[in-house]
Amino acid sequence: MHDLERLAQEAAANVGGTTPAAMTPNEAEVARVLQICNACRYCEGFCAVFPAMTRRLAFGKNDVNYLANLCHNCGACLHACQYAPPHEFMVNVPQSMAKVRVETYVEYAWPRALGTLYRRNGVTLSVALALSLALFLLLAAARNGPAWGEPAQGGFYAIFPHNLMVALFAPVFLFAILALGIGAARFWRNERAGPVSGAALGEAAAAAATLKYLDGGHRDGCNDEDDRFTQRRRVFHQFAFHGFLFCFAATCVATLYHYALGQPAPYGFLSLPKLLGIVGGVSMVIGSLGLFRLNLRRHPAHHDPAQRSMDRGFMALLLLTAASGLVLMLAHDTAALPPLLCLHLGAVMAFFATMPYSKFAHGVYRGVALLKWSVERRQPSRLQLTED
Amino acid sequence: MIDVLVAGGGNAALCAALMAREAGASVLLLEASPREWRGGNSQHTRNLRCMHDAPQDVLVDAYPEEEYWQDLLKVTGGATDEKLARLVIRASSTCRPWMISHGVHFQPSLSGALHTARTNAFFMGGGKALVNAYYRSAGRLGVEVHYDTPIDRLELRDGRFVAALSGSRRFAAKTCVLAAGGFESNREWLREAWGVNARGEWPADNFLIRGTRFNTGTLLRFMIDAGADTIGDPTQAHMVAIDARAPLYDGGICTRIDCVSLGVVVNRDAERFYDEGEDFWPKRYAIWGRLVAQQPGQIAYSIIDAKAVGRFMPPVFPGTTAQSLPELARALALDERRFMQTLEAYNAACRPGTFDHTALDDCRTEGLTPSKTHWALPIDTPPFCAYPVRPGVTFTYLGLKVDETAAVRFSGKPSPNLFVAGEMMAGNVLGKGYTAGVGMSIGTAFGRIAGAQAAAAARAIQRETVDA
Repeated sequence: MHDLERLAQEAAANVGGTTPAAMTPNEAEVARVLQICNACRYCEGFCAVFPAMTRRLAFGKNDVNYLANLCHNCGACLHACQYAPPHEFMVNVPQSMAKVRVETYVEYAWPRALGTLYRRNGVTLSVALALSLALFLLLAAARNGPAWGEPAQGGFYAIFPHNLMVALFAPVFLFAILALGIGAARFWRNERAGPVSGAALGEAAAAAATLKYLDGGHRDGCNDEDDRFTQRRRVFHQFAFHGFLFCFAATCVATLYHYALGQPAPYGFLSLPKLLGIVGGVSMVIGSLGLFRLNLRRHPAHHDPAQRSMDRGFMALLLLTAASGLVLMLAHDTAALPPLLCLHLGAVMAFFATMPYSKFAHGVYRGVALLKWSVERRQPSRLQLTED
Repeated sequence: MIDVLVAGGGNAALCAALMAREAGASVLLLEASPREWRGGNSQHTRNLRCMHDAPQDVLVDAYPEEEYWQDLLKVTGGATDEKLARLVIRASSTCRPWMISHGVHFQPSLSGALHTARTNAFFMGGGKALVNAYYRSAGRLGVEVHYDTPIDRLELRDGRFVAALSGSRRFAAKTCVLAAGGFESNREWLREAWGVNARGEWPADNFLIRGTRFNTGTLLRFMIDAGADTIGDPTQAHMVAIDARAPLYDGGICTRIDCVSLGVVVNRDAERFYDEGEDFWPKRYAIWGRLVAQQPGQIAYSIIDAKAVGRFMPPVFPGTTAQSLPELARALALDERRFMQTLEAYNAACRPGTFDHTALDDCRTEGLTPSKTHWALPIDTPPFCAYPVRPGVTFTYLGLKVDETAAVRFSGKPSPNLFVAGEMMAGNVLGKGYTAGVGMSIGTAFGRIAGAQAAAAARAIQRETVDA
């Protein structure tokens, strides 16, 4: 009964038309759109956003932030929407959610001041890449290594010793993990969904790993350039995502070889680190190229045009990181090794350094939102709506 | 020459076009609207009422033919044709695999619509997703589609279709299916049908149209003037009470007001006029449009208190709220004294009972006219909230008379090559009243029949030509 009273108060505040002051215009737009969606609900079967919406009567800042990150931008609800433009209600869920999503990346970034790096994200990534490249080129020069030419013995480590690389990459990587972790924790805490159970955790992990909500609810996939459903985005995203995980696993295994087994690089083509790296690198190239092409052809109404540089910049960096790694492997015994090594390490460094301030973060917030949903949907609803 | 010309671009038209194309006919579909508004009223629909004898993918239990027929008989008050109604009912039990083969996805009942879990199969994403799927399938199969092509008139010769005319363009075809909707978006026609009431008002001036602005009834009028047999009363329609602030067209589902049975409804004179708790809202929402149409100014106000919040589907527009009933009356610009008399009389007449919105409970009024027979709780807990409602027309029932072949008839004689489907003939089955999802059942059944009949007629004409 107490809950119902609170609900009545919330709803009363809502029907009074008051908008919580803290909302940005983009958040207020999502709240406006969801008020219409909540009275319609036709899209309930597509994804988790709409079932989560139906557990609410009003949409405050935290609800909007949560639902925006739960949205996978599949586009199904826009093409199905009877209230989409040119209808005067001007409902465009994917686009309005996308606009809020990038605001949440800015707002939840840690340190907060660095959230502004999202504002001109293409520039951020380019500068990071240039600085990282310069770093490795200068380092190579300072160590009097050959700028061009095959190093005599020891491969990469003749140019950059293992310990130097660890000293450079470990702090940047750990900082990125810390920054993302703090952002994720803040996002998790903004509106507690309930106690986390193993079942909820498993469900959220499965939804993330399989990109469940890019399946359209009917498993035909999501929308790209029109109202047709395809699996393309899901497939290419899986290549990019799992390719990244394979490369990460390659690094972890190699680290294990190095320290635990006392087997430093280089490794043979049939060694585990190399196989993982090759599969991962090729997957990332396929994935990032595919996603880039889909992004270019995407229906303009799905997009927030302001985010193109963030999206495409990230895909380009992903591609550069993977492709330079593969080329480096193939050119291992050639005179091009030193500059290729600098290029690859520069790309990897730029990738790691910008992780908390690039499109990479979408995976983290999406993961948290999925967990919130898996937890929330296990709680009894506070509403007893009967339609009609 | 084109085999089958389809006039219209909604569910019935698309079903006809797809069936005709599948039967091997060449098909040209002419949609009056631009592409972004295609699909007529079908873009606002959400489900299909389906007969089934055992649980199916998205349907629980069973909904046998006889029960469906009795439901239809009840809502229409007998204004139906049993033979055609049963044809629609049976078709609804077999059409879904065909729909799925054309890309339509079904899902179980939406949250808040669980009362239809047994009777209605929901389209995932709603009617616009269904329309999109049909247009994609039509494109793949080679159906030619022209948008922005409203048909003004037909060339007919002795009850035979010759050609359709859109402005200066002429489209000749061997056969034609008319599926261009009712006349709900034709204000002049609605005015003419509803006329002037005893208060000197033109009630139709205050009607809102829940669906497409393109259903102007041009072809229906043409066919009536051309002497086609008709059925139905021009004032009968699927008409519900919707939020008075809804847009003039295409307000669709979200403008519904679902709290009627949780409170009271007063008219412009601050008086109640009907039992708000007569039956479950899904069984009563379709009568409230006409009820409000009969009130002064064609407006009414659904009044609830804080106890109702969280128990009904959230409305799209915020209600008018107040901390006291007199304040609410003033905010609504209603006669405060009369409003308080109405509310106080109602509150005093509420008998104690056990409130249960999921059952026909025992909370009712005593000694009040009109009474409220269920869910009658005093309206006494602030904040109070009011939603203004007006009649919202979904579609009109005046149509062309058909038999089971969907052929247009002239003085009882069926045309050999002109067929009709959808709202233009739904009145054969639905003379008045409504029950959720039956419009799509009629449109799908007769759209498919009309398409198959048109394709067969085109083949027959082809043979005649060859033989001659």
